[in-house]
Amino acid sequence: MDISRLEKISDHAWRVPRSGRMRVPGVIYADETLLRAMDDKVLEQVRNVAALPGIVGASYAMPDAHWGYGFPIGGVAAFDPEDGGVVSAGGVGFDISCGVRTLLTGLTRADVEPHKAALAGALYRHLPAGVGSTGRVHLSDDAMDDLLRRGARWAVDAGYGDAADLARAEEQGAVAGADPAKVSELAKRRQRDEVGTLGSGNHYAEVQEVETVFDAATAAAFGLSAGDVVLSIHCGSRGLGHQIGTDYLKRMVLAAAQHGITLPDRELACAPIASALGQDYLGAMRAGINCALANRQVLTHLARQAFAEVFPQARLRLLYDVSHNTCKLEEHAVGGTRRRLYVHRKGATRALGPGHPALPPEFRATGQPVLIGGSMGTASYILAGDAGSETASFASACHGAGRTMSRTEATRRWQGRDVMRALESQGVLVRSPSLRGVAEEAPGAYKDVSAVVEASERAGLARRVARVRPLVCIKG
Amino acid sequence: MGNSSPAGARWEHFPHVADVGIRGIGATREEAFAQAAMALTAVVADPASVVPRDTVELAAEGPDDELLLLAWLDAIIYAMTTRRMLFARYEVAFVPGGARGRAWGEAVDVARHQPVVEVKAATFAELAVRRFPDGRWLAQCVVDV
Repeated sequence: MDISRLEKISDHAWRVPRSGRMRVPGVIYADETLLRAMDDKVLEQVRNVAALPGIVGASYAMPDAHWGYGFPIGGVAAFDPEDGGVVSAGGVGFDISCGVRTLLTGLTRADVEPHKAALAGALYRHLPAGVGSTGRVHLSDDAMDDLLRRGARWAVDAGYGDAADLARAEEQGAVAGADPAKVSELAKRRQRDEVGTLGSGNHYAEVQEVETVFDAATAAAFGLSAGDVVLSIHCGSRGLGHQIGTDYLKRMVLAAAQHGITLPDRELACAPIASALGQDYLGAMRAGINCALANRQVLTHLARQAFAEVFPQARLRLLYDVSHNTCKLEEHAVGGTRRRLYVHRKGATRALGPGHPALPPEFRATGQPVLIGGSMGTASYILAGDAGSETASFASACHGAGRTMSRTEATRRWQGRDVMRALESQGVLVRSPSLRGVAEEAPGAYKDVSAVVEASERAGLARRVARVRPLVCIKG
Repeated sequence: MGNSSPAGARWEHFPHVADVGIRGIGATREEAFAQAAMALTAVVADPASVVPRDTVELAAEGPDDELLLLAWLDAIIYAMTTRRMLFARYEVAFVPGGARGRAWGEAVDVARHQPVVEVKAATFAELAVRRFPDGRWLAQCVVDV
């Protein structure tokens, strides 16, 4: 990225001054190295988002930002409905409520290492992954609507997991205001056989070892210490979310002119929050969030069954569940007043700081666990929301490493079998139905996740608590 | 990655940092749409590995060529995911307000097709349907995977 037109606020924050149609400035959180490596398209997309009606404060980009659809991946923007604010299908993306949940296993690396292959095999058998896979759960139309209204609460009532899991998920496992009637039949049909499936691409289930603890007190509050083994699941709302995105993006593009909205890029498709279309999308998108929460809950149940085969004594407890493609109604202080805003996070994680009333009591002192997925060969991070994130970014932080290389280029460079062998020699067992998929997801195709989380910490968005490294990776 | 047929119709992928660009080129708009669909198949698996044994009817509507291309690709994505099929051959005919088409393929066989990734959606990014000065047609967009 050409940084000559940016104003340096600090070593880890850069202002994009207002120009042209921008209603607010942009702010990019990154160190200079990450910033220079970012695509110029990120700057263009930050500017375009800043021009949308009703945007409040600034158009933000997180340290892992890259070229997205309309919004940058790593984009955060809040809109005020009372100021003509919009909701954008592009600002949420096609994989609604894609996110990460991490479970504590009570096991250590020493427990798992001798049985690693058996555990990898059990997880691979229990978790449906990859193209064409179907879930174990097949729903009637009524049950599907119930799932869309009640998210992970539906899953727990249906026998997938424990009530205790719900307290450890954002929105206690279900967001209010979901309206299944606003979800198309096509979307529901796409989901019928996909409940409790992992998907493909960058989605995974990983057994990980806590490698480094940065903040012992917070790690203890999260139940983590060095050598512990955790399980992380990264996936989203599957076919239902993809179809909701497809349906509403098109409707919002076609209705833009009638709402008096000029779109510099059709992927920015949006509608006023106060319009019928805006409300319909919110109802559907929230159903998509609940679908993702239910999906990760069913996968949790399946993962517990897999662990029980190898470690009958293990009890998997949820640490937390975060979503990084959402639009949520939240209250934020802006210039001294509390305002109710629709906060879009596209490839960005909510990072509520210490004391926030929405947090479970056990995290009030620490801030929320912020779960950051890395590439399969390197590392992932567990952060805690920082008090500074509220004013810095509407309480948001990064979401992952982000790709630096196209899939086409990755398959030209690497063979799946070689990638698997190289990882195995580093102690990482990869199980996947697709060798080309493994090549496309090769660790070398991703940015350095450590640089991204360090920049997030220095920018005051989230503090590093622990670094985890993979032992087993189930890749769709 | 790409492929040509003797008639000069062809498809290819173009790079995008997180996802994949698909492009079809043909003597007619119909051929370009069919080739773009082949490029879509090739995001998931090698089209040469797919046996065209079953037929699926497809329909798409759109107020202009570009939105029609998205609708056509979305119809194929929907058929692939809900029927758990891959397609090796496509045919398209334009009708007032839209397109009718047919796809030939078979059920996904993970061992034989080695499918790599699901396509979530066709997107407006790099979306274009246009004619080259030599009369050939191009149909392309980025797909989210």
